[in-house]
Amino acid sequence: MRNRTFLFAQAIAGAVALSASAVQADIQYPVNNPQPKEGQYVHVPPTMEDLEKTEFHPELKRVIRRGYDLFMNTQQLRGKNVFNSMNCSSCHMGEGRLPFAGPVWPAAVILPNYRPKNDHVNNLEERIAGCFSFSMNGQPPEYGSDDMIALAAYHQWLAKGVPIYSSGKNMYGRGYPKLAEPEQKMDYQRGKKVYEENCMICHSSDGSGLVQNGKEVFPAVWGDRSYNWGAGITRHFTLSSFVKHNMPLGQPNTLTDQQAWDVAYYINSHERPQEPRYTGDVKETREKYLDTFHVHTNYGLKVEGRLLGDHKNTGEKDFLKPDVLRPRTYTAD
Amino acid sequence: MKKYQCMTLIAAGLSLAISSASALEGDAQAGKEATVMCVACHQGDGGGMNIPKGESWPALSGLDADYMYKQLQDIKSGARESVTMKAFVSTLTDKQMRDVSVYYSQLPAVAGKGGEDVTEEELAHGEKLAMQGDWDRYIVPCKSCHGPNNQGAGQHFPGIAGQHAGYISDQLHAWKKGKRHNDPQHLMLAIAERLDDNDIRAVSAWLSRQPAQ
Repeated sequence: MRNRTFLFAQAIAGAVALSASAVQADIQYPVNNPQPKEGQYVHVPPTMEDLEKTEFHPELKRVIRRGYDLFMNTQQLRGKNVFNSMNCSSCHMGEGRLPFAGPVWPAAVILPNYRPKNDHVNNLEERIAGCFSFSMNGQPPEYGSDDMIALAAYHQWLAKGVPIYSSGKNMYGRGYPKLAEPEQKMDYQRGKKVYEENCMICHSSDGSGLVQNGKEVFPAVWGDRSYNWGAGITRHFTLSSFVKHNMPLGQPNTLTDQQAWDVAYYINSHERPQEPRYTGDVKETREKYLDTFHVHTNYGLKVEGRLLGDHKNTGEKDFLKPDVLRPRTYTAD
Repeated sequence: MKKYQCMTLIAAGLSLAISSASALEGDAQAGKEATVMCVACHQGDGGGMNIPKGESWPALSGLDADYMYKQLQDIKSGARESVTMKAFVSTLTDKQMRDVSVYYSQLPAVAGKGGEDVTEEELAHGEKLAMQGDWDRYIVPCKSCHGPNNQGAGQHFPGIAGQHAGYISDQLHAWKKGKRHNDPQHLMLAIAERLDDNDIRAVSAWLSRQPAQ
Protein backbone atom coordinates (compact mmCIF):
# COMPACT_ATOMS: atom_id res chain seq x y z
CA MET A 1 0.00 0.00 0.00
CA ARG A 2 2.70 2.39 0.99
CA ASN A 3 4.61 1.72 -2.20
CA ARG A 4 1.55 2.22 -4.36
CA THR A 5 0.69 5.42 -2.56
CA PHE A 6 4.17 6.66 -3.18
CA LEU A 7 3.99 5.80 -6.88
CA PHE A 8 0.63 7.52 -7.15
CA ALA A 9 1.92 10.66 -5.51
CA GLN A 10 4.88 10.63 -7.86
CA ALA A 11 2.75 10.10 -10.93
CA ILE A 12 0.20 12.74 -10.08
CA ALA A 13 2.83 15.24 -9.28
CA GLY A 14 4.50 14.50 -12.58
CA ALA A 15 7.76 13.62 -10.93
CA VAL A 16 8.18 10.40 -12.90
CA ALA A 17 10.83 11.92 -15.10
CA LEU A 18 12.97 12.54 -12.06
CA SER A 19 13.53 8.86 -11.38
CA ALA A 20 16.88 7.43 -12.25
CA SER A 21 15.99 5.19 -15.17
CA ALA A 22 17.51 6.24 -18.47
CA VAL A 23 14.32 5.43 -20.35
CA GLN A 24 12.27 7.64 -18.07
CA ALA A 25 14.69 10.48 -18.48
CA ASP A 26 13.57 10.63 -22.11
CA ILE A 27 9.88 10.94 -21.25
CA GLN A 28 8.34 13.39 -23.71
CA TYR A 29 4.95 13.76 -22.07
CA PRO A 30 5.43 13.98 -18.30
CA VAL A 31 2.18 14.44 -16.37
CA ASN A 32 3.42 17.66 -14.78
CA ASN A 33 0.56 18.32 -12.40
CA PRO A 34 1.41 20.83 -9.65
CA GLN A 35 3.12 19.34 -6.60
CA PRO A 36 1.29 19.43 -3.26
CA LYS A 37 1.97 22.69 -1.44
CA GLU A 38 3.21 22.82 2.12
CA GLY A 39 0.37 22.02 4.49
CA GLN A 40 -2.04 20.85 1.80
CA TYR A 41 -4.22 17.86 2.63
CA VAL A 42 -3.24 14.99 0.29
CA HIS A 43 -5.59 12.02 0.08
CA VAL A 44 -4.93 9.03 -2.16
CA PRO A 45 -8.33 7.40 -2.75
CA PRO A 46 -8.46 3.62 -2.50
CA THR A 47 -8.96 1.52 -5.64
CA MET A 48 -11.48 -1.15 -6.52
CA GLU A 49 -8.74 -3.73 -5.89
CA ASP A 50 -8.39 -2.34 -2.37
CA LEU A 51 -12.14 -2.81 -1.91
CA GLU A 52 -11.85 -6.53 -2.55
CA LYS A 53 -9.26 -6.80 0.24
CA THR A 54 -11.49 -5.17 2.87
CA GLU A 55 -13.55 -6.96 5.47
CA PHE A 56 -16.69 -5.18 4.26
CA HIS A 57 -19.90 -7.16 4.07
CA PRO A 58 -20.16 -8.79 0.62
CA GLU A 59 -23.39 -6.89 0.00
CA LEU A 60 -21.69 -3.57 0.67
CA LYS A 61 -18.88 -4.50 -1.73
CA ARG A 62 -21.51 -5.34 -4.34
CA VAL A 63 -23.23 -1.97 -3.90
CA ILE A 64 -19.95 -0.04 -4.14
CA ARG A 65 -19.07 -2.01 -7.28
CA ARG A 66 -22.47 -1.09 -8.68
CA GLY A 67 -21.74 2.55 -7.91
CA TYR A 68 -18.38 2.28 -9.67
CA ASP A 69 -20.05 0.69 -12.68
CA LEU A 70 -22.62 3.52 -12.85
CA PHE A 71 -19.87 6.10 -12.46
CA MET A 72 -17.75 4.66 -15.28
CA ASN A 73 -20.62 3.72 -17.59
CA THR A 74 -23.35 6.21 -16.84
CA GLN A 75 -24.56 5.75 -20.39
CA GLN A 76 -26.42 2.68 -19.13
CA LEU A 77 -28.90 5.27 -17.78
CA ARG A 78 -29.27 7.03 -21.18
CA GLY A 79 -32.84 8.06 -21.82
CA LYS A 80 -33.77 7.49 -18.19
CA ASN A 81 -31.44 9.73 -16.19
CA VAL A 82 -28.83 10.77 -18.73
CA PHE A 83 -29.89 12.68 -21.84
CA ASN A 84 -26.53 13.41 -23.42
CA SER A 85 -23.25 11.70 -24.30
CA MET A 86 -21.60 12.01 -20.87
CA ASN A 87 -20.46 9.57 -18.23
CA CYS A 88 -19.53 10.71 -14.70
CA SER A 89 -15.98 9.73 -15.66
CA SER A 90 -16.02 12.07 -18.68
CA CYS A 91 -15.23 14.98 -16.36
CA HIS A 92 -14.16 13.15 -13.21
CA MET A 93 -11.21 11.46 -14.86
CA GLY A 94 -9.43 8.36 -13.63
CA GLU A 95 -12.43 6.76 -11.88
CA GLY A 96 -13.09 9.95 -9.93
CA ARG A 97 -9.78 9.52 -8.10
CA LEU A 98 -7.49 11.84 -10.04
CA PRO A 99 -6.37 15.21 -8.62
CA PHE A 100 -7.04 18.28 -10.81
CA ALA A 101 -9.76 16.26 -12.51
CA GLY A 102 -12.67 16.88 -10.17
CA PRO A 103 -11.92 14.01 -7.77
CA VAL A 104 -15.22 13.13 -6.12
CA TRP A 105 -14.08 12.14 -2.62
CA PRO A 106 -14.17 15.75 -1.33
CA ALA A 107 -17.95 15.90 -1.90
CA ALA A 108 -18.37 12.95 0.44
CA VAL A 109 -16.63 14.71 3.33
CA ILE A 110 -17.34 18.42 2.77
CA LEU A 111 -21.10 17.89 2.43
CA PRO A 112 -23.62 18.50 3.87
CA ASN A 113 -22.75 22.15 3.36
CA TYR A 114 -24.15 25.41 2.06
CA ARG A 115 -23.94 25.75 -1.74
CA PRO A 116 -24.22 29.17 -3.38
CA LYS A 117 -25.47 27.74 -6.69
CA ASN A 118 -28.83 26.80 -5.15
CA ASP A 119 -28.57 28.86 -1.96
CA HIS A 120 -29.22 26.10 0.55
CA VAL A 121 -27.52 23.22 2.35
CA ASN A 122 -26.90 20.24 0.03
CA ASN A 123 -26.02 16.71 0.97
CA LEU A 124 -24.10 14.26 -1.24
CA GLU A 125 -27.18 12.92 -3.01
CA GLU A 126 -28.38 16.42 -3.87
CA ARG A 127 -24.93 17.29 -5.17
CA ILE A 128 -24.96 14.22 -7.41
CA ALA A 129 -28.48 15.20 -8.54
CA GLY A 130 -26.96 18.52 -9.62
CA CYS A 131 -24.53 16.73 -11.95
CA PHE A 132 -27.38 14.75 -13.50
CA SER A 133 -29.54 17.86 -13.94
CA PHE A 134 -26.91 20.04 -15.58
CA SER A 135 -23.83 18.15 -16.76
CA MET A 136 -25.81 15.11 -17.96
CA ASN A 137 -28.75 17.31 -19.08
CA GLY A 138 -30.85 14.74 -17.32
CA GLN A 139 -33.26 13.55 -14.67
CA PRO A 140 -31.48 12.51 -11.46
CA PRO A 141 -32.15 9.07 -10.02
CA GLU A 142 -34.62 9.44 -7.12
CA TYR A 143 -33.15 10.29 -3.75
CA GLY A 144 -32.79 7.04 -1.86
CA SER A 145 -33.09 4.92 -5.02
CA ASP A 146 -30.79 1.95 -5.53
CA ASP A 147 -28.75 3.78 -8.17
CA MET A 148 -28.40 6.94 -6.08
CA ILE A 149 -27.34 5.02 -2.98
CA ALA A 150 -24.85 2.98 -5.00
CA LEU A 151 -23.32 6.13 -6.53
CA ALA A 152 -23.10 7.81 -3.12
CA ALA A 153 -21.55 4.64 -1.66
CA TYR A 154 -18.82 4.73 -4.32
CA HIS A 155 -18.08 8.38 -3.52
CA GLN A 156 -17.83 7.55 0.17
CA TRP A 157 -15.57 4.59 -0.55
CA LEU A 158 -13.14 6.91 -2.32
CA ALA A 159 -13.19 9.20 0.74
CA LYS A 160 -12.33 6.36 3.13
CA GLY A 161 -10.24 7.66 6.01
CA VAL A 162 -10.89 11.38 5.41
CA PRO A 163 -12.58 13.09 8.39
CA ILE A 164 -16.22 14.07 7.79
CA TYR A 165 -16.94 17.83 7.61
CA SER A 166 -13.40 18.44 6.45
CA SER A 167 -12.67 21.90 5.14
CA GLY A 168 -12.50 21.90 1.36
CA LYS A 169 -10.20 24.90 1.31
CA ASN A 170 -6.83 23.20 1.43
CA MET A 171 -7.26 19.88 -0.38
CA TYR A 172 -4.62 18.97 -2.95
CA GLY A 173 -6.06 18.77 -6.49
CA ARG A 174 -9.68 19.38 -5.46
CA GLY A 175 -12.10 20.33 -8.24
CA TYR A 176 -10.50 22.06 -11.20
CA PRO A 177 -8.25 24.65 -9.56
CA LYS A 178 -8.57 28.03 -11.24
CA LEU A 179 -5.70 28.93 -13.56
CA ALA A 180 -4.01 32.29 -13.32
CA GLU A 181 -6.00 34.98 -15.13
CA PRO A 182 -5.15 34.93 -18.85
CA GLU A 183 -2.56 37.46 -19.99
CA GLN A 184 -4.61 38.29 -23.05
CA LYS A 185 -8.41 38.54 -23.03
CA MET A 186 -9.96 35.19 -24.03
CA ASP A 187 -10.42 35.05 -27.77
CA TYR A 188 -12.82 33.06 -29.96
CA GLN A 189 -10.59 32.90 -33.02
CA ARG A 190 -7.49 31.88 -31.11
CA GLY A 191 -9.62 29.32 -29.28
CA LYS A 192 -10.88 27.94 -32.57
CA LYS A 193 -7.31 27.37 -33.70
CA VAL A 194 -6.42 25.59 -30.44
CA TYR A 195 -9.53 23.44 -30.81
CA GLU A 196 -8.75 22.49 -34.39
CA GLU A 197 -5.17 21.60 -33.61
CA ASN A 198 -5.74 19.70 -30.38
CA CYS A 199 -9.35 18.68 -29.78
CA MET A 200 -11.04 18.20 -33.13
CA ILE A 201 -9.51 14.80 -33.88
CA CYS A 202 -11.68 13.28 -31.13
CA HIS A 203 -14.47 15.78 -30.43
CA SER A 204 -15.11 16.56 -34.13
CA SER A 205 -15.21 19.90 -35.94
CA ASP A 206 -18.87 20.38 -34.98
CA GLY A 207 -18.29 19.47 -31.32
CA SER A 208 -20.40 16.34 -31.57
CA GLY A 209 -17.71 13.90 -30.44
CA LEU A 210 -17.76 10.35 -31.78
CA VAL A 211 -20.25 7.52 -31.60
CA GLN A 212 -18.95 4.13 -32.74
CA ASN A 213 -21.22 1.11 -33.19
CA GLY A 214 -23.92 2.95 -31.25
CA LYS A 215 -21.60 3.57 -28.28
CA GLU A 216 -20.34 6.94 -27.09
CA VAL A 217 -16.55 7.12 -27.44
CA PHE A 218 -15.70 10.83 -27.28
CA PRO A 219 -18.33 13.02 -25.60
CA ALA A 220 -19.96 15.95 -27.37
CA VAL A 221 -18.55 19.27 -26.15
CA TRP A 222 -21.38 21.37 -27.53
CA GLY A 223 -24.73 20.81 -29.22
CA ASP A 224 -27.76 18.75 -28.22
CA ARG A 225 -25.72 15.83 -26.91
CA SER A 226 -23.55 17.93 -24.60
CA TYR A 227 -23.90 19.50 -21.12
CA ASN A 228 -26.55 22.19 -20.77
CA TRP A 229 -26.21 25.92 -20.06
CA GLY A 230 -26.45 25.35 -16.32
CA ALA A 231 -23.48 22.95 -16.04
CA GLY A 232 -20.54 24.10 -13.95
CA ILE A 233 -18.20 23.46 -16.86
CA THR A 234 -19.89 26.19 -18.94
CA ARG A 235 -17.93 28.57 -16.69
CA HIS A 236 -14.71 29.57 -18.43
CA PHE A 237 -12.57 29.09 -15.33
CA THR A 238 -13.84 25.54 -14.83
CA LEU A 239 -13.47 24.37 -18.43
CA SER A 240 -10.07 26.03 -18.89
CA SER A 241 -8.74 24.23 -15.81
CA PHE A 242 -10.28 20.92 -16.88
CA VAL A 243 -8.66 21.26 -20.30
CA LYS A 244 -5.29 22.37 -18.96
CA HIS A 245 -5.00 19.52 -16.46
CA ASN A 246 -6.64 16.72 -18.45
CA MET A 247 -6.59 17.26 -22.22
CA PRO A 248 -5.64 16.10 -24.78
CA LEU A 249 -6.24 12.71 -23.20
CA GLY A 250 -2.97 11.31 -21.90
CA GLN A 251 -1.19 14.65 -22.37
CA PRO A 252 -2.19 16.79 -19.39
CA ASN A 253 -0.54 20.18 -18.89
CA THR A 254 0.77 20.42 -22.45
CA LEU A 255 -1.33 23.45 -23.48
CA THR A 256 -0.40 26.88 -22.15
CA ASP A 257 -2.78 28.59 -19.73
CA GLN A 258 -3.65 31.07 -22.47
CA GLN A 259 -4.52 28.25 -24.89
CA ALA A 260 -6.68 26.61 -22.23
CA TRP A 261 -8.61 29.86 -21.55
CA ASP A 262 -9.05 30.53 -25.28
CA VAL A 263 -10.28 27.04 -26.14
CA ALA A 264 -12.66 27.05 -23.17
CA TYR A 265 -14.08 30.35 -24.40
CA TYR A 266 -14.45 28.89 -27.91
CA ILE A 267 -16.18 25.69 -26.79
CA ASN A 268 -18.51 27.55 -24.45
CA SER A 269 -19.46 30.02 -27.17
CA HIS A 270 -21.48 27.33 -28.92
CA GLU A 271 -25.10 26.36 -28.42
CA ARG A 272 -26.15 23.66 -26.01
CA PRO A 273 -29.40 22.59 -24.31
CA GLN A 274 -31.27 25.24 -22.35
CA GLU A 275 -30.37 26.09 -18.75
CA PRO A 276 -32.89 24.15 -16.58
CA ARG A 277 -33.47 27.29 -14.50
CA TYR A 278 -34.57 29.21 -17.63
CA THR A 279 -37.37 31.68 -16.87
CA GLY A 280 -38.47 31.97 -20.49
CA ASP A 281 -36.12 34.88 -21.11
CA VAL A 282 -32.39 34.33 -21.48
CA LYS A 283 -31.34 37.83 -20.41
CA GLU A 284 -33.55 37.62 -17.33
CA THR A 285 -32.21 34.14 -16.48
CA ARG A 286 -28.63 35.31 -16.87
CA GLU A 287 -29.34 38.27 -14.59
CA LYS A 288 -31.12 36.13 -11.98
CA TYR A 289 -28.14 33.78 -11.59
CA LEU A 290 -25.44 36.25 -12.58
CA ASP A 291 -23.46 36.63 -9.36
CA THR A 292 -23.56 32.99 -8.33
CA PHE A 293 -22.94 31.56 -11.77
CA HIS A 294 -23.40 33.23 -15.14
CA VAL A 295 -20.90 36.02 -14.57
CA HIS A 296 -18.44 33.31 -15.61
CA THR A 297 -20.35 32.04 -18.70
CA ASN A 298 -21.33 33.31 -22.15
CA TYR A 299 -24.99 32.39 -21.59
CA GLY A 300 -27.22 35.28 -22.64
CA LEU A 301 -24.33 37.13 -24.28
CA LYS A 302 -23.83 37.91 -27.93
CA VAL A 303 -20.73 36.14 -29.29
CA GLU A 304 -19.73 36.20 -32.95
CA GLY A 305 -23.07 37.77 -33.74
CA ARG A 306 -25.22 35.15 -31.99
CA LEU A 307 -27.16 35.58 -28.74
CA LEU A 308 -26.32 32.38 -26.87
CA GLY A 309 -29.02 30.44 -25.03
CA ASP A 310 -31.91 32.29 -26.69
CA HIS A 311 -34.00 29.21 -27.51
CA LYS A 312 -36.29 26.58 -26.04
CA ASN A 313 -34.22 23.57 -27.10
CA THR A 314 -33.78 21.10 -24.24
CA GLY A 315 -31.71 18.60 -26.25
CA GLU A 316 -32.71 14.94 -26.02
CA LYS A 317 -35.03 15.37 -23.02
CA ASP A 318 -38.64 16.58 -23.23
CA PHE A 319 -38.69 18.62 -20.02
CA LEU A 320 -36.79 21.68 -18.89
CA LYS A 321 -36.24 21.31 -15.17
CA PRO A 322 -36.17 18.17 -13.04
CA ASP A 323 -38.58 18.43 -10.09
CA VAL A 324 -35.79 17.74 -7.61
CA LEU A 325 -34.23 21.14 -8.36
CA ARG A 326 -36.16 23.06 -5.72
CA PRO A 327 -35.48 25.47 -2.90
CA ARG A 328 -35.18 24.18 0.65
CA THR A 329 -35.85 26.08 3.86
CA TYR A 330 -35.26 23.43 6.53
CA THR A 331 -38.05 24.92 8.60
CA ALA A 332 -41.14 23.18 9.91
CA ASP A 333 -43.66 22.69 7.07
CA MET B 1 -44.84 -11.18 -39.10
CA LYS B 2 -41.99 -13.38 -40.14
CA LYS B 3 -41.60 -11.43 -43.34
CA TYR B 4 -41.60 -8.19 -41.38
CA GLN B 5 -38.85 -9.47 -39.08
CA CYS B 6 -36.84 -10.57 -42.06
CA MET B 7 -37.19 -7.14 -43.65
CA THR B 8 -36.18 -5.48 -40.41
CA LEU B 9 -33.13 -7.68 -40.20
CA ILE B 10 -32.14 -6.84 -43.73
CA ALA B 11 -32.68 -3.14 -43.05
CA ALA B 12 -30.65 -3.37 -39.86
CA GLY B 13 -27.92 -5.24 -41.73
CA LEU B 14 -27.87 -2.60 -44.41
CA SER B 15 -27.69 0.31 -42.02
CA LEU B 16 -24.91 -1.48 -40.15
CA ALA B 17 -23.03 -1.94 -43.40
CA ILE B 18 -23.54 1.71 -44.25
CA SER B 19 -22.54 3.03 -40.86
CA SER B 20 -19.41 0.90 -40.70
CA ALA B 21 -18.45 1.65 -44.30
CA SER B 22 -15.44 3.88 -44.56
CA ALA B 23 -15.55 7.28 -46.18
CA LEU B 24 -12.55 6.36 -48.32
CA GLU B 25 -13.32 5.88 -51.98
CA GLY B 26 -11.70 2.93 -53.66
CA ASP B 27 -12.35 -0.04 -55.89
CA ALA B 28 -12.23 -3.23 -53.83
CA GLN B 29 -12.00 -5.47 -56.90
CA ALA B 30 -9.09 -3.50 -58.31
CA GLY B 31 -7.62 -3.54 -54.81
CA LYS B 32 -7.78 -7.32 -54.71
CA GLU B 33 -5.85 -7.49 -57.97
CA ALA B 34 -3.22 -5.16 -56.57
CA THR B 35 -2.61 -7.39 -53.53
CA VAL B 36 -0.58 -9.99 -55.43
CA MET B 37 2.54 -8.87 -53.64
CA CYS B 38 0.82 -8.29 -50.28
CA VAL B 39 -0.43 -11.84 -49.81
CA ALA B 40 2.99 -13.34 -49.23
CA CYS B 41 3.01 -11.77 -45.79
CA HIS B 42 -0.50 -10.51 -45.14
CA GLN B 43 -1.98 -13.78 -46.46
CA GLY B 44 -4.86 -14.32 -48.84
CA ASP B 45 -7.42 -13.72 -46.12
CA GLY B 46 -5.68 -10.56 -44.91
CA GLY B 47 -5.01 -12.22 -41.57
CA GLY B 48 -1.25 -11.62 -41.58
CA MET B 49 0.89 -13.74 -39.27
CA ASN B 50 2.23 -13.62 -35.75
CA ILE B 51 5.95 -14.39 -35.80
CA PRO B 52 7.47 -15.01 -32.39
CA LYS B 53 10.88 -13.35 -32.09
CA GLY B 54 10.58 -11.93 -35.59
CA GLU B 55 8.72 -9.15 -37.35
CA SER B 56 5.03 -9.99 -37.17
CA TRP B 57 2.84 -9.19 -40.14
CA PRO B 58 -0.28 -7.36 -39.03
CA ALA B 59 -3.79 -8.53 -39.73
CA LEU B 60 -5.42 -6.06 -42.13
CA SER B 61 -8.80 -7.67 -42.67
CA GLY B 62 -11.61 -5.55 -41.28
CA LEU B 63 -9.36 -2.59 -40.39
CA ASP B 64 -10.61 0.91 -41.17
CA ALA B 65 -9.80 1.81 -44.80
CA ASP B 66 -8.91 5.44 -44.09
CA TYR B 67 -6.52 4.33 -41.37
CA MET B 68 -4.78 1.85 -43.69
CA TYR B 69 -4.59 4.39 -46.50
CA LYS B 70 -2.93 6.90 -44.18
CA GLN B 71 -0.40 4.28 -43.04
CA LEU B 72 0.47 3.49 -46.66
CA GLN B 73 0.88 7.19 -47.41
CA ASP B 74 3.06 7.63 -44.32
CA ILE B 75 5.25 4.66 -45.21
CA LYS B 76 5.65 5.99 -48.73
CA SER B 77 6.56 9.48 -47.51
CA GLY B 78 8.81 8.16 -44.76
CA ALA B 79 6.64 9.56 -41.96
CA ARG B 80 6.28 5.97 -40.80
CA GLU B 81 9.44 3.91 -40.96
CA SER B 82 9.10 0.37 -42.22
CA VAL B 83 12.01 -1.11 -44.09
CA THR B 84 9.95 -4.15 -45.02
CA MET B 85 6.95 -2.26 -46.32
CA LYS B 86 8.70 0.66 -47.97
CA ALA B 87 9.87 -1.31 -51.00
CA PHE B 88 6.39 -2.66 -51.71
CA VAL B 89 4.50 0.55 -51.05
CA SER B 90 6.75 2.59 -53.32
CA THR B 91 5.45 0.58 -56.29
CA LEU B 92 1.80 1.40 -55.50
CA THR B 93 0.03 4.37 -57.08
CA ASP B 94 -2.22 6.55 -54.95
CA LYS B 95 -5.25 4.87 -56.51
CA GLN B 96 -3.87 1.42 -55.72
CA MET B 97 -3.25 2.44 -52.10
CA ARG B 98 -6.90 3.48 -51.83
CA ASP B 99 -8.10 0.33 -53.57
CA VAL B 100 -6.15 -2.13 -51.42
CA SER B 101 -7.21 -0.27 -48.27
CA VAL B 102 -10.86 -0.55 -49.23
CA TYR B 103 -10.38 -4.19 -50.22
CA TYR B 104 -8.82 -5.24 -46.91
CA SER B 105 -11.32 -3.21 -44.88
CA GLN B 106 -14.12 -5.31 -46.34
CA LEU B 107 -12.62 -8.71 -45.53
CA PRO B 108 -13.90 -10.50 -42.43
CA ALA B 109 -11.47 -10.34 -39.53
CA VAL B 110 -9.34 -13.36 -38.67
CA ALA B 111 -8.45 -14.35 -35.09
CA GLY B 112 -5.24 -12.86 -33.69
CA LYS B 113 -2.35 -15.03 -32.54
CA GLY B 114 0.56 -14.72 -30.16
CA GLY B 115 -1.43 -14.53 -26.94
CA GLU B 116 -1.25 -18.25 -26.18
CA ASP B 117 1.83 -18.44 -24.02
CA VAL B 118 0.84 -16.20 -21.12
CA THR B 119 -0.26 -16.70 -17.53
CA GLU B 120 -3.71 -15.93 -16.16
CA GLU B 121 -2.11 -13.19 -14.12
CA GLU B 122 -0.66 -11.55 -17.24
CA LEU B 123 -4.00 -11.76 -19.00
CA ALA B 124 -5.73 -10.10 -16.06
CA HIS B 125 -3.14 -7.33 -16.10
CA GLY B 126 -3.55 -6.90 -19.86
CA GLU B 127 -7.32 -6.71 -19.54
CA LYS B 128 -7.03 -4.10 -16.81
CA LEU B 129 -4.78 -1.90 -18.96
CA ALA B 130 -7.03 -2.26 -21.99
CA MET B 131 -10.35 -1.73 -20.23
CA GLN B 132 -9.62 0.29 -17.06
CA GLY B 133 -6.13 1.62 -17.54
CA ASP B 134 -3.77 2.32 -14.66
CA TRP B 135 -4.41 5.93 -13.75
CA ASP B 136 -1.90 5.90 -10.91
CA ARG B 137 0.69 5.80 -13.72
CA TYR B 138 -1.51 7.90 -16.02
CA ILE B 139 -1.98 5.00 -18.40
CA VAL B 140 -5.43 5.64 -19.84
CA PRO B 141 -7.36 2.54 -20.95
CA CYS B 142 -6.86 1.52 -24.60
CA LYS B 143 -10.62 1.53 -25.12
CA SER B 144 -10.92 5.23 -24.33
CA CYS B 145 -9.57 5.92 -27.84
CA HIS B 146 -9.67 2.57 -29.62
CA GLY B 147 -13.40 2.38 -29.01
CA PRO B 148 -15.92 -0.14 -27.73
CA ASN B 149 -14.17 -3.48 -27.12
CA ASN B 150 -11.05 -1.92 -28.65
CA GLN B 151 -12.49 -2.65 -32.07
CA GLY B 152 -11.65 0.77 -33.45
CA ALA B 153 -13.15 4.28 -33.37
CA GLY B 154 -13.40 6.39 -36.49
CA GLN B 155 -10.53 6.69 -38.93
CA HIS B 156 -7.79 7.74 -36.53
CA PHE B 157 -8.03 5.03 -33.88
CA PRO B 158 -7.67 1.55 -35.42
CA GLY B 159 -9.14 -1.63 -34.02
CA ILE B 160 -6.51 -3.40 -31.92
CA ALA B 161 -8.63 -6.27 -30.60
CA GLY B 162 -7.76 -9.45 -32.46
CA GLN B 163 -4.52 -8.02 -33.81
CA HIS B 164 -1.46 -10.26 -33.46
CA ALA B 165 0.30 -9.85 -30.12
CA GLY B 166 3.69 -9.71 -31.82
CA TYR B 167 2.63 -6.79 -33.98
CA ILE B 168 1.02 -4.79 -31.14
CA SER B 169 4.11 -5.37 -29.03
CA ASP B 170 6.47 -4.35 -31.86
CA GLN B 171 4.57 -1.10 -32.40
CA LEU B 172 4.41 -0.14 -28.72
CA HIS B 173 8.15 -0.74 -28.43
CA ALA B 174 8.71 1.27 -31.61
CA TRP B 175 6.88 4.23 -30.08
CA LYS B 176 8.83 3.90 -26.85
CA LYS B 177 12.12 3.88 -28.75
CA GLY B 178 11.08 6.86 -30.88
CA LYS B 179 11.03 4.74 -34.05
CA ARG B 180 7.34 5.30 -34.74
CA HIS B 181 5.93 8.80 -34.59
CA ASN B 182 3.17 9.09 -37.18
CA ASP B 183 0.38 8.96 -34.57
CA PRO B 184 -1.86 12.04 -34.57
CA GLN B 185 -0.71 14.54 -31.94
CA HIS B 186 1.49 11.80 -30.43
CA LEU B 187 -1.51 10.53 -28.54
CA MET B 188 -0.16 6.97 -28.65
CA LEU B 189 3.41 7.94 -27.87
CA ALA B 190 2.35 9.60 -24.62
CA ILE B 191 0.81 6.34 -23.39
CA ALA B 192 3.37 3.96 -24.90
CA GLU B 193 6.23 5.65 -23.10
CA ARG B 194 4.55 4.97 -19.74
CA LEU B 195 4.29 1.23 -20.44
CA ASP B 196 7.02 -1.14 -19.28
CA ASP B 197 7.95 -4.45 -20.94
CA ASN B 198 5.56 -6.42 -18.73
CA ASP B 199 2.69 -4.07 -19.52
CA ILE B 200 3.34 -4.38 -23.25
CA ARG B 201 3.56 -8.14 -23.14
CA ALA B 202 0.36 -8.43 -21.09
CA VAL B 203 -1.77 -5.95 -23.01
CA SER B 204 -0.62 -7.28 -26.40
CA ALA B 205 -1.45 -10.83 -25.41
CA TRP B 206 -4.86 -9.95 -24.00
CA LEU B 207 -5.86 -7.82 -26.99
CA SER B 208 -4.80 -10.51 -29.47
CA ARG B 209 -7.28 -12.91 -27.86
CA GLN B 210 -10.27 -10.57 -28.22
CA PRO B 211 -12.68 -10.59 -31.17
CA ALA B 212 -11.79 -7.99 -33.82
CA GLN B 213 -15.40 -7.51 -34.87
